[in-house]
Amino acid sequence: MATGTVAPQFTGVDFLDFDSLLGEEERAVRDTVRAWVDEHLMPVIGQAYIDGKFPRQLIPGMAELGLLGANLPEEYGCAGLNNVAYGLIMQELERGDSGIRSFASVQGALVMYPIYAFGSDEQKQKWLPLLASGQEIGCFGLTEPDFGSNPGGMITTARETADGWVLNGTKMWITNGSQATVSIIWAKTGDIAETKSIRGFIVPTDTKGYSARDQKGKLSLRASDTSEIHLQDVHLPKDAVLPRSGGIKSPLMCLTQARYGIAWGAIGAAMACYDEALRYAGNRVMFDRPIAQTQIQQVRLVDMLTEITKAQFMTLQLGRLKDAGTMTPEQVSICKRNNVDMATDCAREARRLLGANGILIEYHSMRHMANLESVYTYEGTHDMHSLIVGQAITGLAAF
Amino acid sequence: MKIAVCIKRVPDTELRFSIGSDGKSLDQAGLKYDLSDFDGYAVEVALRLVEQAGGGEVAVVCLGPDAVQETMRKAISMGADRGIHLRADTIPFDGLSVAHALAAELKDGGYDLVLFGRMATDSAAGVVGPMTAQLLGLPCVTAISHLDIADGRGTARRELEGVAEVTTFPLPAVLTIDEGIARARLPSLKGIMAAKKKPIETREAHLGEVRLTVESMALPPERTGGRIIGEGPDAVPELIRLLQTEAKVL
Amino acid sequence: MADMFAFAETRDGALRSVAFETVTAARQAADAAGGGEVHALLAGGPGVGARAAELGRYGADVVVVVEHAGLACYNAEALAATCAARIGGEQYRAAFFAASAEGRDLAPRVAGALDRSMLSDVTAFEMRGDAVVASHPVYVGKAVATLRLTGSPAMVSLRPGAITAVESPREARTEPMAPALDPGAARVTVTEMLDRGGAKLDLGEAPVVVSGGRGLRAAENFALVEELAAAFGNAAVGATRAVTDDGWRPATDQIGQTGRVVSPMLYVAVGISGAVQHLAGMRTSRTIVAINKDKDAPIFKLADYGIVGDLFEIVPRLTDAVRKAKAGG
Repeated sequence: MATGTVAPQFTGVDFLDFDSLLGEEERAVRDTVRAWVDEHLMPVIGQAYIDGKFPRQLIPGMAELGLLGANLPEEYGCAGLNNVAYGLIMQELERGDSGIRSFASVQGALVMYPIYAFGSDEQKQKWLPLLASGQEIGCFGLTEPDFGSNPGGMITTARETADGWVLNGTKMWITNGSQATVSIIWAKTGDIAETKSIRGFIVPTDTKGYSARDQKGKLSLRASDTSEIHLQDVHLPKDAVLPRSGGIKSPLMCLTQARYGIAWGAIGAAMACYDEALRYAGNRVMFDRPIAQTQIQQVRLVDMLTEITKAQFMTLQLGRLKDAGTMTPEQVSICKRNNVDMATDCAREARRLLGANGILIEYHSMRHMANLESVYTYEGTHDMHSLIVGQAITGLAAF
Repeated sequence: MKIAVCIKRVPDTELRFSIGSDGKSLDQAGLKYDLSDFDGYAVEVALRLVEQAGGGEVAVVCLGPDAVQETMRKAISMGADRGIHLRADTIPFDGLSVAHALAAELKDGGYDLVLFGRMATDSAAGVVGPMTAQLLGLPCVTAISHLDIADGRGTARRELEGVAEVTTFPLPAVLTIDEGIARARLPSLKGIMAAKKKPIETREAHLGEVRLTVESMALPPERTGGRIIGEGPDAVPELIRLLQTEAKVL
Repeated sequence: MADMFAFAETRDGALRSVAFETVTAARQAADAAGGGEVHALLAGGPGVGARAAELGRYGADVVVVVEHAGLACYNAEALAATCAARIGGEQYRAAFFAASAEGRDLAPRVAGALDRSMLSDVTAFEMRGDAVVASHPVYVGKAVATLRLTGSPAMVSLRPGAITAVESPREARTEPMAPALDPGAARVTVTEMLDRGGAKLDLGEAPVVVSGGRGLRAAENFALVEELAAAFGNAAVGATRAVTDDGWRPATDQIGQTGRVVSPMLYVAVGISGAVQHLAGMRTSRTIVAINKDKDAPIFKLADYGIVGDLFEIVPRLTDAVRKAKAGG
C-alpha cells in the first residue's frame, strides 16, 4: 500500500497486498463498481438519505452494469461472476451506502436466487432476465411482526384451492417492499406448527389483496425502502409456487446468500469510514498540526485499518470456500458477525475523529454508523450469529 | 469501419508514489497500473464510431511486458473486439522507438483509422501518434476534441490556446484524442466476462533504436503554501509572472 | 561550433512569445557549443518576413523566410515537410520548437519525418558532449525526469514560459525558402478558426479549474469566473457547496467532500474562504491561487499564491492579463 498523502478519490484499503490474491477479472469488476459508485451514487446519496428516499433513478445504471444477480448464470441475462467478484460488488456498493447494497442484495440473493434455486425452468426463463435488467424489482417476504429471529414461527398461510393458492398474512421489515413489482412470499401450506410446510411464492405486487406501505420514522437505512406487506385473500395461480422450495431450509438458504454479501458489504462501509477519517485527519489542523499527527487519532486509524485488513482476508477465504462449494452457513455467520460489528466500530470511531463536522451529511461516517445498526440487526442479529457459531462448536443449541 | 486504438498501460498517479532505488523509475511497491486516461477516451471514440457505423471492428494495440494484457482486457471489456500485444520487456521512453514498432504492426492492417490518446499520462510526451503517422505516411490530426466521420472523410476540431481550429482529412488517418470529447465508459460486468473469450495475439515488438533515455527522476519540492503575494489588482502582474516562471502553468 | 535551428511560431502574421523563447534557447545552445549560428524558420502568409528583425533581436543569425498564402493558417503537413527539408542533413546540432498547441503537433511530425528521437515539453536543458540533457515533467507533473538524447540533430520542444526570452541583438540575414510541400497539396486542411467558448471541459479533466464561492455575492457575478476560465482557454468552472446549494451553479459543478475531487495543474479559488469540505476536493491541485478579501481565510494557508483584496477589482484585471499572456504577448 502506498503511504502518506491520500489520493483524491477513494482507492480502497489494501495494507497487506490483498489485491495480489484477486484474479484479474475480480479486480476489474471491483474497479468498475467502484468507479460507478463514485460517479453515480456518491453525488446523490447524502440528499437521498436526508429525503428518506431510495435513489431509484440509479436502477437502470446498476442493471446495465450487470450488478443485479451478478453471480447467476449468463443464460438468464446475468454476468455469471464467481462469488468473490460478487462479494467485491457488495463491498463497493456498501462503500457508498448500506441501503444501496441492501437493494442489490435483496434483488440478487433474496429474489433472483430463490427463483434460480427453487423455481421451474419456466419461472427462471420468465423472471430472471426481467429482474437482472431491472425491469422488475423484487422483495423478499419472510419476516413477520412477531417472528424475526424465529422465522419458522410464521403465521402467514397459503391454502391450496382447486385452481391455485390463497395467501393471508402480514410481513414486516421488507426491503424494497413498496417499490417492488414482484414479491417472494414465504408461507405455510400446511399445519401452522409445521415448518416443513413452508414454501415460496412468486407474487406480482399488483395482485388483488396485496398491499405494501412504507415504514416511516426510520433513523437508519434512510436511502432504502422498508415496508410492511399485507396479504388478504391473495389468489394466485397454481404455478405461483416455487416448486423446489420446501421447509424453512429454503428461505434460510436465501439468507445465507444474502449474509454472504453482507459480510463483504460491511467491509466496504468500514473502508469508507476509515478512508474519510484518514483524509480528514490529514486536512484538519488543530493546535497548529494536522490531527493525523496526534497519537490518539493515529491509534484510532490504525485500529480501524487492522480490523478492516483482518476482515478482508477472512472474507476472501469465505468466498473461495463458496466458490469451491464447501462453505457452511456457520462460516457465513462468523464473517457476518465479525465484519458488521467491526464496521460499526469503525463508523463510530471515524465519526468521533471527524469532530463536529462528523454529524453533517456531507461526511459519510455518521450515515454509515446509523445504517450499520440495521445491518447489525438484520439477516440474523449479531447475537443470533453468536449462537449459531456457538452451536456449531459446542454441539449445543442455546436458542 | 476498422479501427486500431494504440493504448498504454501507465502507473496510476492518483496514488502517492516515490522514486525507486535506481533513481530513475518509480518505486514499484504498491504501484497500481491502469489505462492511460486519454487512451480511454480514444477507445470510447472508436467504440462510438463503430456503433454509429452499425458495424466494424476495434482492435487495441499495446506495447510492453506481459502485464499490459490486463490493461488490454480493460479496453476489450469496454467493447473492443480483439487485442494485439507487442511484447517488449520494458516500454522505452523514446517515442520514436515505440512508433517504429507500432508502424510495423499497423502498416498492413487495413485500418480506416488509427487512434491514440493525445499523450500518455506517464511520459507526457505526446509524440508517438504523429511519429507513427509520419512513418506510415498517413494524414494525422492531433489533440482532437470533436470528431465526425462521413463518406470516407473526417472533420475534427482541435483546441489551441484561446482558439479552436476545424480541419478536414481523408481516411485512412491517424488521430490523437484529447480530453473533452467523450468520457470513457465503464466496462460492464458482462463485458468483463466476455473479454476473457476475445482474442489477444502476442508478437515480439520490433522496436526502433533507442536514443532517448531517462537519466534520473525526482519529485518536485512539496508545496510550501500560505504565501500572500500582494493586495488588490496591483498584485496581478506579479501573479502572472509567478505563474509563468515559477509554477510554469501559464 | 555547431549551428542551431529554431522554429518561430506565428499566428495571424505576428510572432508569438514562444518564438522568442525558442530562438533564445537556440542562441544559448549555440553559445554553449562554442558559438555556432542560430537559424530561425519564419513561416506564414505573404509579408510575414517583415518580422525577421524581431528574431534577430533575440539572437537569430539567419532567418529562413517561408511566405505562402497557404501558410496564413497553420498547415501541419506543409510546415513539417519544410522544416524537415531545412533541418535534414548534418548542418544542425539541435532543432528547437515550442511545446505549444501548434508546436506539439508540428515537432513530432518533423522528428518522425527525419527519423529522429525527440525531447518533448522540456523545462530546462543543457548541451552535454554529444547529448542534450533536459528536464521534462512526467506523471501529470508529479515528478520530473532528467532525459538524455543522443544524436544530431537533437529535436527539442520547449514548454512555453519555461525559458525566459533574452535579447542578444544582431542583424539577421534573411534567406527565402519555398515550402517543401505545396500547402494546397496537404491532405489535412484547416477549414475554420473558431473562437473558443463552445467546448466545455470536464472538471476532472481540465488542466485549469477556476472556482467561485460565496464571495461572488450573486449568481450573475459568476460571469467573472467564466470569463477568467475562458481566458485560460483550458479551464473548467467549479463552485463551492454553498454556491451550488444556493442554486447559483448546478450541483455537478461542486468541488469538495460531497462533490467532485479535482487535481488540476492550476486551481484558482475566487471568493472562497476555504472550508475544510471544499479543501478536501482540491488540495491535491498542483498550483493553487486564491483571491479573497479576508487575509485570514483558511484558503490562504493552502494557496501557493494569494492575493488579498476585492475580487471584483482583481479578477477582471487577472482575466485581461491571462488573455494577453495566452495570446503570446
